[in-house]
Amino acid sequence: MRRLFPLLASVMLLVLLWLGLAQNPREIPSPLIGRPVPEIFLPALEGDAVLSHGDLQGEVSLVNVWASWCVSCRAEHPHLLALQQQGVRLVGINYRDERVDALSYLEEFGNPYHHIGWDGDGRAGIEWGVYATPESFLIDKSGIVRYKHIGPLNQALLEQTLLPMIRALQEEG
Amino acid sequence: MRVPLILICLLLWPLSGMAIPVGAPLEFDSHEQERQYQHLLRELRCTVCQNQSLVDSNAALAADLRAQVYEMTRAGQSEQAIIDFMVQRYGDFVLYRPPLRAETWLLWFAPFLLLLVGLGVWWGVLHSRRGVQRGSDDYDIRED
Repeated sequence: MRRLFPLLASVMLLVLLWLGLAQNPREIPSPLIGRPVPEIFLPALEGDAVLSHGDLQGEVSLVNVWASWCVSCRAEHPHLLALQQQGVRLVGINYRDERVDALSYLEEFGNPYHHIGWDGDGRAGIEWGVYATPESFLIDKSGIVRYKHIGPLNQALLEQTLLPMIRALQEEG
Repeated sequence: MRVPLILICLLLWPLSGMAIPVGAPLEFDSHEQERQYQHLLRELRCTVCQNQSLVDSNAALAADLRAQVYEMTRAGQSEQAIIDFMVQRYGDFVLYRPPLRAETWLLWFAPFLLLLVGLGVWWGVLHSRRGVQRGSDDYDIRED
């Protein structure tokens, strides 16, 4: 038993370190989860409309923070289009971008968004605690943030987490 | 013709006072405000470049956050109010010094716990050696 102790201790330490490796230090839990969406008043990317936090109430929405300069946004773009096809209401926040670039990006890859707010100076980004585009926030009907994903969306996440959550939230009263 | 270096230096010297710092110089209403601003930039972490504080980082987000801290400081907000503002949006992670709480208890005290464990092992080893030496002679056999 006495001789087994160091072995046991090292195995336990190894398991602990191994679990640590699996964690992603870039994923910072958002303090917004469970809280109402932050206040925003953004000019629309195109036209005179305004995107405000009030637009995020009454319907389940996925708020997606993106930019034309963001390479991983391109990777997730097909998934956004697929979500739109499935009737998910997408609201875009165009983060620290030039309007012209953003518009030609949408022209090239397609526009999956219902509304887009233009956050040229990144102020709304600070309100939402954005630090790495793309970021996606799932908002329920009463405007409460329910889930956040940092980084590009992928098929597995969509099928296993996001779509089931969206369906469940849509059925909520 | 060769102009002595010292002459060039002397001619250029008055210009050095006009050197323009990178980025616009910041103005504060008081020394206290400036101190608070500088202090906060060191206490807050740039969340994109995680091992840098706001003062070290060149990332666009860090610049935005510095501007935010500057504006709030100029508006007369207290240090705690600005820290709370950041924590509400970015979570505890934005703080370089994690707060002492139930969840961070292990983080703060693990080093001391490990020290205690180490002392325990040390004491145990000492104790068992003495026991063995005092006991039978199979200790000698094991040694070779």
